[in-house]
Amino acid sequence: MITLEKRAGPSKAWALVTPLVAVALTMIVGGILFAALGKNPFETIRTIFLDPLFSEFAWFYRPQLLIKGAPLVLIAIGLSFGFRAGVWNIGAEGQYIMGAICGAAVGLAFHPMESRLIFPLMVLAGAFGGWAWAMIPGVLRVKFGTNEILVSLMLVYVAEQLLASMALGAMRNPEGMGFPGSRNLAQYPSAANLELIKDSGMHWGVVAALIAVIFAYVTLSRHIFGFQVRLAGQSPRAANFAGVNPAGMILICLGISGALAGLAGLFEVAGPAGQISIDFNVGYGFTAIIVAFLGRLHPIGILLAGGLMALTYIGGEIAQSNLGLPGAAIQLLQGMLLFFLLAVDMLTNYRIKFGKGGTV
Amino acid sequence: MTLLSLQGLTKAYPGVVANDNVSFEIGRGEIHALLGENGAGKSTLVKTIYGLVNPDAGSMLLEGAAFAPPEPRAARKAGVAMVFQHFSLFDALNVAENIALGMENPPPLQDVAEQVREVSDQYGLPLDPSRVVGDLSAGERQRVEIIRCLLQDPKLLIMDEPTSVLTPQEVTILFETLRKLASEGTSILYISHKLEEIRALCDHATVLRMGHVVGECDPSQTSAREMAELMVGAVLQVPEKPDKPAGNVALTLTGLSAPAPHEFGTALRDISLTVRRGEVLGVGGVAGNGQDELVAALSGEMRVSSGMVRMGDDDIGHMPPNARRALGLCAAPEERNGHAAAPDMTLIENALLTGNVRKELSSRGFLKWDRARDFAAEIIEKFDVRTPSAGSTARSLSGGNLQKFVIGREILQDPDVLIINQPTWGVDASAAASIRQAILDLAVAGAAVILISQDLDELMEIADQFSALNEGRMSDPRPAKGLTIDEIGLMLGGSHDMEVSHVDA
Repeated sequence: MITLEKRAGPSKAWALVTPLVAVALTMIVGGILFAALGKNPFETIRTIFLDPLFSEFAWFYRPQLLIKGAPLVLIAIGLSFGFRAGVWNIGAEGQYIMGAICGAAVGLAFHPMESRLIFPLMVLAGAFGGWAWAMIPGVLRVKFGTNEILVSLMLVYVAEQLLASMALGAMRNPEGMGFPGSRNLAQYPSAANLELIKDSGMHWGVVAALIAVIFAYVTLSRHIFGFQVRLAGQSPRAANFAGVNPAGMILICLGISGALAGLAGLFEVAGPAGQISIDFNVGYGFTAIIVAFLGRLHPIGILLAGGLMALTYIGGEIAQSNLGLPGAAIQLLQGMLLFFLLAVDMLTNYRIKFGKGGTV
Repeated sequence: MTLLSLQGLTKAYPGVVANDNVSFEIGRGEIHALLGENGAGKSTLVKTIYGLVNPDAGSMLLEGAAFAPPEPRAARKAGVAMVFQHFSLFDALNVAENIALGMENPPPLQDVAEQVREVSDQYGLPLDPSRVVGDLSAGERQRVEIIRCLLQDPKLLIMDEPTSVLTPQEVTILFETLRKLASEGTSILYISHKLEEIRALCDHATVLRMGHVVGECDPSQTSAREMAELMVGAVLQVPEKPDKPAGNVALTLTGLSAPAPHEFGTALRDISLTVRRGEVLGVGGVAGNGQDELVAALSGEMRVSSGMVRMGDDDIGHMPPNARRALGLCAAPEERNGHAAAPDMTLIENALLTGNVRKELSSRGFLKWDRARDFAAEIIEKFDVRTPSAGSTARSLSGGNLQKFVIGREILQDPDVLIINQPTWGVDASAAASIRQAILDLAVAGAAVILISQDLDELMEIADQFSALNEGRMSDPRPAKGLTIDEIGLMLGGSHDMEVSHVDA
């Protein structure tokens, strides 16, 4: 009989190894899935995980890695604070949309004026939009004890409706011949979030993501706030005893994750996406949840996990176009990653024991 | 006649041998005491008997037949029952429902209630099966656990520190019950560190130290001091209480009232008192009469109206915990794991948990980990906390060691007012003695101490003034010297089965 025995303390070695084991298991089971779909599993896995980096078209894909990875890392860093403190913001996707709408609104309002101040203003507006959207579940939780998981998740759909209404109404390009979607901000120099180095994929969002990683790392390891975040998540009563204000912790954590998700939305709408459109959001806010956990809620881990997840996005697109793999299979693969991670994670706190059987 | 015989039981965990070649026998109808310091291996041993731990070597014989329960269910089936130190009851369910939940194939609730009534009559354990557990006192909750065991008709009943939450009157009731059970042939393995109780109750005692059996004795023929020294392996220090004049008033409560913080909490009602520097105020009372709430209101976890709590001239009732710490008020709550300390964090991080303000472990929010490490090391050294390193997690420490760490952390912050709840709950004799001595030393150095405890011996040993909590009300403090057990019992309040029930023998 196989039994689980609780370890005296979490195993450091397993905490580091589990993400790798989860990736390996995902590749194996994913391969079986692809084989069942009638594809060559080895070719498919290679296409998804290696082609974006090493194929002859890698020069095109590598910058994409930064473009896809940056919003994931930026959002996941924000989420990691809340997840460590036991505050479950599942609605980053909505905050991402609201950041994009607010930021774009500021840019569009100034069109066609040119000024160096416009882009910084948009950045502030983007962060504000995400923050404000996250404050709704925050305030409801603090004042009325509602569940922030449900409220933040449902607000995603509200934000999506708002996005559609903006693309079709208030923000529609007046010179767009009636097509939905706003003006292209990427073609408006004062508002554009262009590549800082040509063909590198490096835009302000990437810079912001790297700053966020460093900021989070320092905060969590060296600052009293980071300590309080961890304490609140592990032992709420001890946190209260240590002087952490539970309501304040909820609002701050939701605020950080909302603001960072809003920033990610702004950098996306002003750069790679270029405009507010009905299908602007592609699920970064949800995928970032996987990235946060895959990265062990640790800033460096999130950076690596964000890279890996961006890889599956890009590799997945290649596999779709080159091998005719259905898009859902890629999402399944990403979901599997989280599933296996959570399953293998148990080994950090428990050890498997193959003992003698004995039920009575 | 022997009921259970243990032969050479050995169990090793990484880094420590919890039981090393332990052998002894428990006779039928015998009340057998198992004595030992924290970490001596008592828990591992009883867990082995109860099927929670599989020994590495050695064997057990129950009524002459090999006995090696792979899990508690098998042990229960063989006739071994256990009452744990911490109860596993659901507050929102009634007594009969709680008992039915623990049964393999529960009969209809009506029948369970009938059985409960029968057993409770038979053994003099007053308990109404229809009462909600959340409303019961600790002693009544324990009766639920005991009756749950008795319904299995056990041959051996294991009791882990059963009296730590009981009033003297409840202890008397419990002892009557245990004696009656023993007279009917049930053997009892009784774990406790209260030596006087063991002397009064037990027929035989086995003493464990560091996993070995270091002695056996007849408790009625052995003095408590001899047993304690056998247990510790050294001469025991009894705390000294020097006479000293009390200083200025350090803490004043004026009409302190607060609503119950949750459904099964207790409201505080109009508590007024003063504590002077150099004075230890002992607060007795049965658990659940407002102890946790009083600590929360004093530590700052629960804010109260202004004017209700004053430190010197400062009104602190509305202040959060860290502002109170800055003024010199420290607290050590009862629950070590998850309240006074975070179990999954290291001792360094736990030192930071309350020490940040007074020990200046951060500047402008940035943590000084080296100072936190030094502070943790200082606590570990001065309070003899046994741990491999300051980097170990709190949950890897035994209860007594973690308690020494928690108390040490607060005392080494040199507070002017210290609030402590149950400092020696589940702590062995030598550790308890050193904790009490540290509290006395702090008072001598000029701090005001409020010591909340259910251990009356402890209160009498170190308190200058004695007061009792009853349903959120506090009796007027009286000098502890000269109070009799009867007077204390009356102060604790008459609503908790004061009279000893009649037992049919």
